[in-house]
Amino acid sequence: MAGVTASALTTEGRPAPSAAKGPRPTGPAGGVLAGLARIRWGRGTVLLVAGLYFLVPIATTLWFTVDNSPQGFSLDAYRQIFTVPGLWPALQLSLLLAAGTIVLVYLLLIPAVVAVRLGSQKLRTVVELTCTLPLVVPTIALTAGISDVLRWCNDNLAPTPFYATFLYAQNANFPVVLLLAYVVMALPLAYRTLDAGMRALDVRTLLEAAQNNGAGRTRAIVSVILPNLRSAMLNTAFITLALVLGEFTVASILGYVPFAVWIVNGNSAGQGPVTVAVSIVSLLLTWVLLLVLSIGSERRNRAQSTH
Amino acid sequence: MSTAPLSATPARRRPKGAAAGRLAVVPLLLFVAVAFGVPALAMAYGAFTTYNPGKPSAYTMGNLTASLQGGYLDALIGSVKLSALSALIAVVAGLLLAQAVVTSRFAFLRKAVLSASGVLANFGGVPLAFAFIATLGNAGMLTSRLHLDQHGWSLYSFNGLTLVYLYFLIPLMVLSIIPSLDGLRRQWREAAQNNGATGWQYWRHVALPVLAPSLLGGFVLLFGSAFAAYATAAAMVGATVPLITLQIATALSGNVSADATNVALAMSLDMVVIATLVMVIYIPLQRRSARWLV
Repeated sequence: MAGVTASALTTEGRPAPSAAKGPRPTGPAGGVLAGLARIRWGRGTVLLVAGLYFLVPIATTLWFTVDNSPQGFSLDAYRQIFTVPGLWPALQLSLLLAAGTIVLVYLLLIPAVVAVRLGSQKLRTVVELTCTLPLVVPTIALTAGISDVLRWCNDNLAPTPFYATFLYAQNANFPVVLLLAYVVMALPLAYRTLDAGMRALDVRTLLEAAQNNGAGRTRAIVSVILPNLRSAMLNTAFITLALVLGEFTVASILGYVPFAVWIVNGNSAGQGPVTVAVSIVSLLLTWVLLLVLSIGSERRNRAQSTH
Repeated sequence: MSTAPLSATPARRRPKGAAAGRLAVVPLLLFVAVAFGVPALAMAYGAFTTYNPGKPSAYTMGNLTASLQGGYLDALIGSVKLSALSALIAVVAGLLLAQAVVTSRFAFLRKAVLSASGVLANFGGVPLAFAFIATLGNAGMLTSRLHLDQHGWSLYSFNGLTLVYLYFLIPLMVLSIIPSLDGLRRQWREAAQNNGATGWQYWRHVALPVLAPSLLGGFVLLFGSAFAAYATAAAMVGATVPLITLQIATALSGNVSADATNVALAMSLDMVVIATLVMVIYIPLQRRSARWLV
């Protein structure tokens, strides 16, 4: 479901600080008191059921990793994380790909998003459409297309000098094909996040002010726009990291072994507890990172607004 | 959520700036043309041609016909059914959860739920599959403690897979509906209350009509996401539900036959057609909800 990329479109759903005080059913009291009581009770039920549904599988998974049937409690699975073969190369590959994806996404999108703010409605439509297109092609369909292109290259490029480039792009240490696919998959969400961050800024005024002070356009963007975009950029980076770390479809079908593929392969090869431990730890770790990030950005916003 | 009405700026007076603007977009367009356009076109071309190494390819409708028959058709229908059902449940559950979180007094709850949703919706299906196997699989903890298997429970069935899909679909719904819930003005509720409306009447006549486009948009998004999901089902080895993504992966692996690859391309094209239909519904709905919820 890495295709889900598609998806989370809306992580920018994080509210502007002012909106955080959203609608609260604590309106004027009176005849609605009974209704209010019902709503609160309903909310408790919803939160309880949701809590059970989302936390029980995580809890049982953690239990599964420390429960070593005959002897009982054991942290072996977690100790093995540091020794099990193949994990670190796979994780390294994933982190490398994630870094590459994030850099490419920044390089491609930030100039485009600034241009969209300054440019015409037509330009905005073009960019928006370009960044939405990948949503229409599910990840597995993109993978099928890529493997078809690779097959064609393999059949037709062998006698030509491009063959070396072609092989290089599939180099198992840093497969450029995967990098390209991941950037495509990250585009829709990254565009929306960066664009939403940009919407909060008055780009035109900021740029004109910087230019009146003698900065060139590039300098103005780098030293005035980017610092203001920090929290949107961090958000993009973390969601992209989550996407690349968890990506399974493209990598497994094209035959590479990054993090998620190693977990599944290792699991079916009988290294059950370690792989489950690794997968749950990576999930929780990413969550903590995102949580810290969102608390941090809230602090900054508050600090700025009290100035 | 994409177009704020204020962003419709008057045309630039300085053509130089506009040209620079267009130039800044060129790398993005080039990249998408190469990294996305080429594979997409290759997929479409391959769906309509035969493949014989060493021989020129010929046009054929055979791949598409094959992709819409027998086991492949069952898989396509299975995927559509699973995606529609799980998306429908997730829309309702996600709305309830999002409303509970938005109206909560605890700011931390909101942050925790939002960031957890961001991770679950994006992290991919492998850890989710493992978590559910450990909990409700054949030897899962709840399965053995509660003797669920004696009641006919199987995680590897249609219902089981739906339950697993909800684990990333509900967070996705929460993420996509929270901005709209934030956009519901407090004054609307107060106005309704002042006119004597009950909570139910407020939801029935004010909130839900305003939210309707967002809810439909959310459904479409969730459907597309479930439809494209592959990792979850692949990691749950032994699932008996036929899914189009599993079929494509099997055909691509080359274990079936050489020309199965082109049938896989045809199945991919079928998926793109369905996803496109779904997107065509999605885009105007987003525009409509943007009108009310700025």
